[in-house]
Amino acid sequence: MSMINYASREINCKIVYYGPGLGGKTTNLEIVYGKVQPDTRGKLISLATETERTLFFDFLPVDLGTIRGFKTRFHLYTVPGQVYYNASRKLILKGVDGIVFVGDSQLERMEANQEAMQNLYDNMAEYGYDLTKMPFVIQYNKRDLPNASPIRDLQAALNPGWEVSDAAKMRVIPDPYHAGENLVEQLPSGEWIERAQYFEAVAVTGDGVFDTLKGVSKLVLKALA
Amino acid sequence: MPVGAASWSFTEDDFGAITAALEQFLTECNARCALLVDRTGQLVATVGDRPNFDPTAFATLTAADFSANDQLARLIGENDFNSLFHQGEKESMYLADIARRVILVVLFDNRTTLGLVRLKMRQTVLSLTQLFEQVFARGASGAAAPNILAGADDEIDKLFQ
Repeated sequence: MSMINYASREINCKIVYYGPGLGGKTTNLEIVYGKVQPDTRGKLISLATETERTLFFDFLPVDLGTIRGFKTRFHLYTVPGQVYYNASRKLILKGVDGIVFVGDSQLERMEANQEAMQNLYDNMAEYGYDLTKMPFVIQYNKRDLPNASPIRDLQAALNPGWEVSDAAKMRVIPDPYHAGENLVEQLPSGEWIERAQYFEAVAVTGDGVFDTLKGVSKLVLKALA
Repeated sequence: MPVGAASWSFTEDDFGAITAALEQFLTECNARCALLVDRTGQLVATVGDRPNFDPTAFATLTAADFSANDQLARLIGENDFNSLFHQGEKESMYLADIARRVILVVLFDNRTTLGLVRLKMRQTVLSLTQLFEQVFARGASGAAAPNILAGADDEIDKLFQ
């Protein structure tokens, strides 16, 4: 639920980083905080436990530029990844404009990824939001680890695609970030499917963090245009 | 309305009316500052003394505070708590719900009393509720201001090059 403030000439949008515990959601925000110009970002707020696990959320406001004289201000939130914090996780999704799912590429975290993705769909549905109809990207984090699953396995498990039912959308849309891959395509069975954009990342070093943020922000602004 | 579309926006006239109502309220109860925050954590307006903290962070935490308390209310069998009070040694704050979409936060110190703030707040909440209901009704009827980003695709692409 973006808010346009004509008085201060600002467009405010909310982006939520979602995903399994210890997947790198908070790290994404810390990297953004550390690398953007201090005058284009606010404070990084963390409601965390003493062991630095996110308890409620992390929050960072960043300005990404001006369009038509309006400052585009993005409010970045993370949710607590640990399973038992679902009540607070759900609260953060209220009024969300765009979602980044931060998946953990490690083979042994596959099940946790799938659980978190299912939980995201369920929580969004409770607010009446349809994830397949809103700005949504996936970040496969920790690509540098030796036990990282191949991208095709992660895609098959977490981003198999949803059916395209609108005939007007049944045309191949290439993935702008991955040559030779498509975001919308027809399967050999004849069914048309659409997948979320995905990005590879090593959040601790900053690799892929800004690509992901730019990817989702662009989708959010385009949804408003 | 498609998900992701601006679900509400307000004009300079709305902003003027909101500010006037809040300024009158601050004068009547001698509070320091009033902030309006929407339920998703975005700051809508600030009136009175300029806060000496980061208002964006404050707005986010206010919305989270209200949301968490809503859930607590449900656990004890209430629909919600329509106002909250946090008392400090010198500074205190009183929060009230407006039209289920916005939160009014009033910061005050020992130049006034909780009783006076609460008393004057009642009328302000009523007039702001009316104002915001008009804003939301206009958004729902599709008569909102024209979409300022319509056709701005190229400009958006350029922003992310």
